[in-house]
Amino acid sequence: MLGLPGAGLRVALFATCIADTLTPDTPKAVVTVLERLGCVVEFPPGQTCCGQIMTNTGYFDAAVASVRNHVRSFAGYDHIVAPSGSCVASVRDQHVMLARRTGDARLVEQASQTAARTLDFTEFLVDVLGVTDVGAYFPHRVTYHPSCHGARFLRLGDRPTRLLQAVEGLELVPLPAADQCCGFGGTFSIKIPDVSIAMATDKARHVVETGADFVVAGENSCLMNIGGVLHRDGAAVRTVHLAEVLAHTRADAA
Amino acid sequence: MSPNSAPAQRRTPAPPPGTWLGMPAFPKAAREQLQRAEQRQNLARATTHIRGKRAERAAEVADWEELRTAAAQIKTRVARHLDTYLVQAEEAMTAAGITVHWARDAAEANRIVGEIALAKGVDEVVKIKSMVTQEIDLNEHLESIGVAAWETDLAELIVQLGHDRPSHILVPAIHRNRREVREIFAEEMGRYGTPAPPTMTDDPEELAEAARAHLRAKFLRAEMAVSGANFLIAETGTVVIVESEGNGRMCLTLPETLVSVIGIEKILPTVADLEVFLTLLPRSSTGERMNPYTSLWTGVTPGDGPQDLHVVLLDNGRTDVLADPEGRAALRCIRCSACLNICPVYERVGGHAYGSPYPGPIGAILNPQLRGVASEVDQALPYASSLCGACNDVCPVRIPFTDILVHLRHKVVEHKTEHHPTAEQAAFSAIGWVMADGRNLAKAQLASRAGGAVLGDRWLGNRVIGRLPLPIAGRWLRARDVDAPPAQTFRAWWAARTPAAPPVDGSADAATEDRA
Ligand code: SF4
Repeated sequence: MLGLPGAGLRVALFATCIADTLTPDTPKAVVTVLERLGCVVEFPPGQTCCGQIMTNTGYFDAAVASVRNHVRSFAGYDHIVAPSGSCVASVRDQHVMLARRTGDARLVEQASQTAARTLDFTEFLVDVLGVTDVGAYFPHRVTYHPSCHGARFLRLGDRPTRLLQAVEGLELVPLPAADQCCGFGGTFSIKIPDVSIAMATDKARHVVETGADFVVAGENSCLMNIGGVLHRDGAAVRTVHLAEVLAHTRADAA
Repeated sequence: MSPNSAPAQRRTPAPPPGTWLGMPAFPKAAREQLQRAEQRQNLARATTHIRGKRAERAAEVADWEELRTAAAQIKTRVARHLDTYLVQAEEAMTAAGITVHWARDAAEANRIVGEIALAKGVDEVVKIKSMVTQEIDLNEHLESIGVAAWETDLAELIVQLGHDRPSHILVPAIHRNRREVREIFAEEMGRYGTPAPPTMTDDPEELAEAARAHLRAKFLRAEMAVSGANFLIAETGTVVIVESEGNGRMCLTLPETLVSVIGIEKILPTVADLEVFLTLLPRSSTGERMNPYTSLWTGVTPGDGPQDLHVVLLDNGRTDVLADPEGRAALRCIRCSACLNICPVYERVGGHAYGSPYPGPIGAILNPQLRGVASEVDQALPYASSLCGACNDVCPVRIPFTDILVHLRHKVVEHKTEHHPTAEQAAFSAIGWVMADGRNLAKAQLASRAGGAVLGDRWLGNRVIGRLPLPIAGRWLRARDVDAPPAQTFRAWWAARTPAAPPVDGSADAATEDRA
């Protein structure tokens, strides 16, 4: 393992409740890539959810329980990595706010510490491990949807596209109006379904316009939304999480 | 607002029946607006164009981000010392010969303006485009006491003549295209003054010419004008208005009497602070380097312009906003409309769905604070956003929209659940319980595989009051498919691949925590 960028680095995987439950291939891909780069990945089993669905719907008290559980589960890790911009943003931007409301100074301290150590998968690869070429092979034409939380809350910038451009065989085509929200927005998608669907439909149309085989994002909820429309409309474009693209190697293709 | 004015006696075009707050709440209103294909095209075209221009003009300013920070800081200081600045402004205005009035709410402000008009013996006033007089519905109050208020801003004129409501802060008729404007002018102008030339086409030049001719007669006759203000300088008592068309300049110079209704948050400490705001506002608003007309006046100048100046300082809920540390940043707003133009929700539904003259992201955070969250319309507004954060990035005064939206959602939940538990609350309590512990989640995952839903009541039993508020699934599935859940959760996969794997129901968590 010596010589690998992540050699011996202990990383806690925050799988996120959605991916754990509905898209387990994504956290599995994170494990694959991180282990390939030499990291020692651990999955703290107490973990559940960042609480954003509760926080963002206004149920702060219910969310506080998630925060308590989260800081307990991830105490003691220097690197906490998640394959979801919105969950990372929730940990970083909302946990301290929620903790403050409880008046529990210890929880505020713990939440600030966890927040400071939590990174999106792409940030961990590019900033901590210093890699963009992770040895992946994905011989397809792909377009990238920069999810709102990744782009605007975490300021991931060109990290995801640099990682994609380093994938062997991959052709990256630009997505028109890429910075526009796909319309998922958590409970927005069911509270204001008509607008959500109008936004998702426009996003799916732009995806189809690119002629890509795959639309890639760092956020499964966006992919579920965009993919839901694509599938309903019978479009051939498939969705795939960035981590799964990066996990794919020549050996998988063989 | 005008219970005793029968339609036949009206002087000005009647707005649509009903009130803003009487409209359907956002989810339903948005659905109705989405059906209007032509309006959607108009909005998409206009907002795409203007946000491109804004981005271009912002990029030209090397210290744009620092200017935004400075603007936010100046406005924050104003809010913190508002009491002092307001008294300072009043003293300076009074010394300069302006009569200063204070209005607690819309009714008081309307009454004050109406009384000035009646005292002056005028039966009509010309108006400069102003958001605050839309907020208090001044025109309808004046109509009810027999005073006709004529809008002179081109887009406001289109709205007024079209028996319509404004749908955008800067371009109130953004939902209309040229063809519709031509129809409105051709049909309505003659009823209320100089008619449109019969040969008028939908060429923008010709439409503007028709408006010019229609308005000219009104300007020349007018003895009283009503305006809002963009800024009020506390140090000097100077009132500032920025505009594009020059109609404002006409109103500010021709009539004898000028009444300016000004929200108390419009204060800037000194004239020097304008440097920051006059750089940010036009670029954020119209995407221009500088707006064509900027008017500043400090009291009465004998023999030049209006000789009787009034300022009505309006609260109308602003002190309630100020009282909320989490929400008060909304008072920084300088009404540039950049947040509307960038908003994917606004772009698709337009302004009328927001139940207020303040639509878009600023409307979603301002109305529920100005008016409170008692009405259905205001309860829905904080949810009228996907929290995509595009507004955060363009706002020239750095209002943290997404934080405030989430804060207001919490306020709405508290209000709704204050007296009775709700089904939604029960669902979120159940989710909260599941997410409070990895063992609970593992059990819920197992149950959901059996029950087909993450929170099937089969397992959660009496922890849930009824079921999850359906028709959630139907709302999703209306236009979107979902994959069947996978056979194995990540948690289960991880447990199976690692040595000393704990059971998936998490009952041996203590052991796994040792291993971690
Ligand atoms: S909230 Fe900000 S972006 Fe929106 S209108 Fe006000 S100043 Fe402009």
